[in-house]
Amino acid sequence: MVSTAATQSNDLVSRSGLRYRKIRDRIIETLLLAAGLVAVFTTLAIVVILLTESSAFFEHVSLKDFLTDTMWTPLFADAHYGILPLVAGTLTTTIVALIVAVPVGTIIAIYLSEFASHRLRETVKPILELLGAVPTVVYGYFALTAVTPLLQKLMPELPGFNMLSAGLVIGLMIVPYVASVSEDAMRSVPRYMREGSYAMGATRLQTALRVVVPGAFSGLAAAFILGISRAVGETMVVAIAAGMQPNFTFDPREQAATITAYIVQVSLGDLPHGSIGYQSIFAAGLVLMLITLIFNVIGFSLTRKFREAY
Amino acid sequence: MIDTSTRAAPESTLRNEEPARSSQPAAGAATPRVTIAVDDTRQARAITSVKAQVENLNFYYGQNRALKNLSIPIADKQVTALIGPSGCGKSTFLRCFNRMHDLQPDTRYEGSITLHPDNINLVGSGIDPIEVRMRIGMVFQKPNPFPKTIFENVAYGLRLRGVRNRATLAEEVEKALRGAALWDEVKDRLQDSALALSGGQMQRLCIARALATTPEILLFDEPTSALDPIATAKIEELISTLRDQVTVLIVTHNMQQAARVSDYTAFMYLGELIEFDEAAKIFTNPSKKATEDYITGRYG
Amino acid sequence: MAGLPTVPEYLNPDSIRTGLSRRKVLDQVFVIVGLVLMFACLGILAVLFMNLVLDGSERFGWDFFTNFPSRRAERAGILGAWVGTSLIMLVTAFCAVPVGVAAAIYLEEYAPKNWFTAIIEINVTNLAGVPSIVYGLLALGLFVYQFGLGQSIAAAGLTLALLILPIVIVATRESIRAVPKSIREAAYGLGATRWEVTKDHVLPYSTGGILTGMILGLSRAIGETAPIITIGALSFIAFLPSSPITSEFPFISFAWLKDPFTAMPIQMFNWVSRPDQAFQANAAAAGAILLGMTLLMNAVAIWIRYRFRKKINW
Repeated sequence: MVSTAATQSNDLVSRSGLRYRKIRDRIIETLLLAAGLVAVFTTLAIVVILLTESSAFFEHVSLKDFLTDTMWTPLFADAHYGILPLVAGTLTTTIVALIVAVPVGTIIAIYLSEFASHRLRETVKPILELLGAVPTVVYGYFALTAVTPLLQKLMPELPGFNMLSAGLVIGLMIVPYVASVSEDAMRSVPRYMREGSYAMGATRLQTALRVVVPGAFSGLAAAFILGISRAVGETMVVAIAAGMQPNFTFDPREQAATITAYIVQVSLGDLPHGSIGYQSIFAAGLVLMLITLIFNVIGFSLTRKFREAY
Repeated sequence: MIDTSTRAAPESTLRNEEPARSSQPAAGAATPRVTIAVDDTRQARAITSVKAQVENLNFYYGQNRALKNLSIPIADKQVTALIGPSGCGKSTFLRCFNRMHDLQPDTRYEGSITLHPDNINLVGSGIDPIEVRMRIGMVFQKPNPFPKTIFENVAYGLRLRGVRNRATLAEEVEKALRGAALWDEVKDRLQDSALALSGGQMQRLCIARALATTPEILLFDEPTSALDPIATAKIEELISTLRDQVTVLIVTHNMQQAARVSDYTAFMYLGELIEFDEAAKIFTNPSKKATEDYITGRYG
Repeated sequence: MAGLPTVPEYLNPDSIRTGLSRRKVLDQVFVIVGLVLMFACLGILAVLFMNLVLDGSERFGWDFFTNFPSRRAERAGILGAWVGTSLIMLVTAFCAVPVGVAAAIYLEEYAPKNWFTAIIEINVTNLAGVPSIVYGLLALGLFVYQFGLGQSIAAAGLTLALLILPIVIVATRESIRAVPKSIREAAYGLGATRWEVTKDHVLPYSTGGILTGMILGLSRAIGETAPIITIGALSFIAFLPSSPITSEFPFISFAWLKDPFTAMPIQMFNWVSRPDQAFQANAAAAGAILLGMTLLMNAVAIWIRYRFRKKINW
């Protein structure tokens, strides 16, 4: 004889209580989504603000002048609006920074990933990351009051403001970043590839250089490119140590303004809202944003590549 | 021995689903429930009372049909074991009962699991998965206590259900821990972290946690696979005693375990139900060749 | 040894051995180079800090904290700056932490896998790479002029909140992800709703990571100079923002949100860029305090991460 169970159903299951809990869930989900959308709105706001103010700027200045004029003197009576000097300054400091950060960052990354003991790695990494946490204004002070005088001992004719010192310090600043992204990439190279190399009689250095580094190539490239993006956007070090005079030169021993330094310089003054000078910092900001955006997009797509590769 | 339930079953319960039901009294009257007493040799026990009826259940992960037309009765206050080689869909099937699949996107149920006496379809779109989970408890493969105190672990389900009264909580927690044969071991350290317990104790804590909310069915997903033999024996013993309080559905990869604890056993293969019968029958005299091959260890 | 095939030179045991020893020397050289560079970087950090402390040593004293800026270097202090920085951090923390944690919860626990979620994720990654000065321009256009907040503490706090939002989101997501799936299943299995699982389990067990992210974010914000300069913070301020606590009911006032301000990094920048050498000591002293606070916050963050990792062992 078969019947169906007639046990009392669970009286702890309260339908109305559940309905309340479900409604509360819905409300909270909406709030959480709204928080997530803040990121989207921030990006949109950045784009809108930069574009609207820049378009006002480009009503006065032709795009051709902006891109080809070799003088940037928006605040002078004889105003020129050529972005090239600022771009040149930005590129020069960035290149100097990379000359420091790429080799040093990569070597440290190889050392930490392939040679250092677990304990050393776990101790050194957080300390190294502190280097990246130092306020940039402090780095600026360091460049101006310590690095420049030191360089002047080697090169007596070096001016007090110069791109070399600023670039070197930016390089130091991005070493931890380059090292940490590279190390990540190298550690994601699977163990069996290293073992294959060791089994052939390779030393650790040979394994590192011939197997791990090529294996992690896209990750290393990402580290360099993201490093570039950071150097390009760096502001305070150049504003303090490289001077704020636009100067169309690629000689790191000279003083020059970068895009970021120009924005700082204008902000320090008291420019009326809506003036051409005010609008010019948004145009400069737009250029900066575009440069970093390109590098970031390339960099992040490369990091995704190395994460997927293994 | 005849056991008559005093509770009136809702009308819906009385819809004829099985031929035998026709002999039952008419709607509205107290429904006598007939249960034949369990004899200790656990033999020749026909299903007398069905807690849930699975009917033509299909389950899909995206396009992939993981369960194929399963139909099986789940006996009330009995232990039903699901066995089969790994990947046969037994855990997938188990997780249908408390809608754990709904946590993943792109999953779909077809068919029904009718829970008695309310006659609700557990996998139907009309019922909230959370309500299902509030009525059907689950114990997982790896003990997964919350990193809270022992007391809070057991009380959690009650708190979710709005129980605030401290005396009630304490009482229910004790009851659940006793039910899970853990009370004597932990009664002096209810405020200790659950993570300080041994693996076997943790798993019994998880059972207590599920029992505290008096589930109508308790699901076990390979509950002893992460435990040592002694802890396993304790859990098995516990499952056997739970039979009196709750309907148990257990997935196990260990055939001896299924033979030891279950009253009914279902053998599944490639998402299909191959054979369902009393445990004694399955393990001594299976009617299908595939079942026999599996039980005798020819594959798995 | 006639009869045996000639062994190529590179398989000759002697040349293998010399080649190997050369390769091993190179290995050792690399180890030394790596160690030297690494400790050089760490050494520079130490030199940097010592340099600031030594240069600024003559300024350290009670007066430095209680004086407003002055035209005379030895009397100039950081009262306005540290009060300003504290209030800005208050605004930043109050905005960035709830929004960042909520966004992280949404992305980890709620968001369906679709193009819409992908857009949010891309935005978060991208925002982390936007130069800080661009946030300054955003704030200048949006907060200062569009919202009419002016060059106020509120504008600065909101700017820095946006700036550190990606840091808080990324750190929170990471620690949420570390909560094992089995714990979530246990709670869902008992009939918890998504929010109940989040509030009762996921959040409490990832508090360590969330706190770490919050502190790291604030330590970044405290030293950020460029965006605050861009919104036009005054660097010569000889008055304090209005007090948040008042003697009259309701005892709490938010008037300070609209007040002009200066902040530690701005004050330091202002002193650095003065030609008068005497002010370099002030800059160094302010820098030492700023750096000290940053390092302290980072140390606390590392300590919290370590503590919580030890406490919960899945």
